[in-house]
Amino acid sequence: MSNQAIAAEFLSETKNAVLTLTLNRPDALNALTGTMLKGLADAVSKAGRDKAVRVIVIAGAGRAFSAGADLGDVKKRMASGKFEHGEELRKAFNPLILAIRRVEKPVIAVVQGTAAGAGASLALACDLKICAMEAKFLNAFSKVGLNPDSGMTWVLPRALGLSLALEHAWLSKPIPSGEALRFGLVNRVVAAADLPAAVDELVASLLAVPPLALALTKRAMNRSLEAPSLEDQLETEAQLQSFLGKTKDHAEGVASFLEKRAPKFTGE
Amino acid sequence: MSATEPIDVLIERDGAVGLVTLNRPQALNALSMPLMKALAGALEKFDADPEIRVMIVAGSARAFAAGADINEMKDIKDAIAAETALSKHLAAWDRIGKLKKPVVAAVSGFALGGGCELAMACDLILASETAVFGQPEILIGVIPGAGGTQRLTKAVGKALAMDMILTGRRLTAREALAAGLVARVVAPEVLLEEAKKTAREIAKASPLAAQAAKAAANAAVDRQLDAGLARERELFYRLFDSNDQKEGMRAFAEKRSPAFTGK
Repeated sequence: MSNQAIAAEFLSETKNAVLTLTLNRPDALNALTGTMLKGLADAVSKAGRDKAVRVIVIAGAGRAFSAGADLGDVKKRMASGKFEHGEELRKAFNPLILAIRRVEKPVIAVVQGTAAGAGASLALACDLKICAMEAKFLNAFSKVGLNPDSGMTWVLPRALGLSLALEHAWLSKPIPSGEALRFGLVNRVVAAADLPAAVDELVASLLAVPPLALALTKRAMNRSLEAPSLEDQLETEAQLQSFLGKTKDHAEGVASFLEKRAPKFTGE
Repeated sequence: MSATEPIDVLIERDGAVGLVTLNRPQALNALSMPLMKALAGALEKFDADPEIRVMIVAGSARAFAAGADINEMKDIKDAIAAETALSKHLAAWDRIGKLKKPVVAAVSGFALGGGCELAMACDLILASETAVFGQPEILIGVIPGAGGTQRLTKAVGKALAMDMILTGRRLTAREALAAGLVARVVAPEVLLEEAKKTAREIAKASPLAAQAAKAAANAAVDRQLDAGLARERELFYRLFDSNDQKEGMRAFAEKRSPAFTGK
């Protein structure tokens, strides 16, 4: 019974090699609860080990992507003395952000409405973001006297540069979808009605790429954000290439190119 | 050895390189008495083999070695029984530390407790991005007993070693690199290949020079190592007189948190 209650806070469906996780508290604008975050982190990590899953999609039900942490719940738990912000992040939010960054499969955020606070952090932690025009990202932390968390201070300065990142964080100035696209914060902005088709198209394109290449490209790109030097990053690339160069999919890719035919990748 | 007996270590030779792979994947390569005996024996054989110049110790992708086999220790009743039961076992790590030829540890996944001590008993550690190093013995009511307090302190310095030994804190591969515990971090897919490349590189040198270099470098860090190891082992055995050791190891075996009483 409690399992069902947990599952209902987010929906999980695997179809055609795609795991879709849908935040499912539309009445609460998909505010994130502890059980939801833990369930999502587990689902993402499990998908990493599941050969049947090749792409992960994270979406929100209803009109918002996510309003962020459930402030009503926070207030209640603070009153009962059972809440400490840092511990809550370490236990619930950070594991999900790390799971998304670490899973070596593409993770796509489908942002149809507002993504605020940790909800924005969650969307921005994904590899690719596809938005409806109505989507906006709101750094709501400063309004409640907090510092951006769940990876927001990692993503924003890298995408926007320090000045704009600080302005948006300090003033909780919303980033509308068009601006997000210009900043390179998101990949595509489409009309709300076209969103499902646009997601399908993006997913189909990813499924056509050899999965090991997708996986190690993500690892190398992640690594570049923390690499100490170009030399170090070049060495990382060489090591990964030395592995990928021996895969069947590489051989098939080269053969199909030379034979001018469509490749048949097997994931090996 | 009969065909049905599990093979705890796999032994391969590739030119001048001798490779020993820990092979208890279902137990995350927990370092049981038979395994350590087989490992130390295999390495000593390579050490005496004129055709071998360098050795590699490797584990599986998931675990280099997740620790000693606690099941072998949890029912030991006191310090005297601990020394009787474990002195030969723990001497296996010392034997590996005393090999004359260079030994490369190829570490992927967990290198915890006895696994971390085994990696450190080798001469240089190559780690995969997934490697995790730690000495979590304190969490089960004892201390490292196979050289961890000595070799870790010499490798990373007192402050970080204390942090790890007193709290059980683990280091990621990158942290271990920054701390000087490992020589290099590589992608897990190419760890063994890189270890072999490094071993072949070392094997190009005059074996006399390589062994002299090892002996000389060890002289820099191994001063008073034997005295330190003896002190560590004495303190390790003494903890088997305590209730906390029994509680800690039982709790570990029963997968629950221990309730230490200080007795």
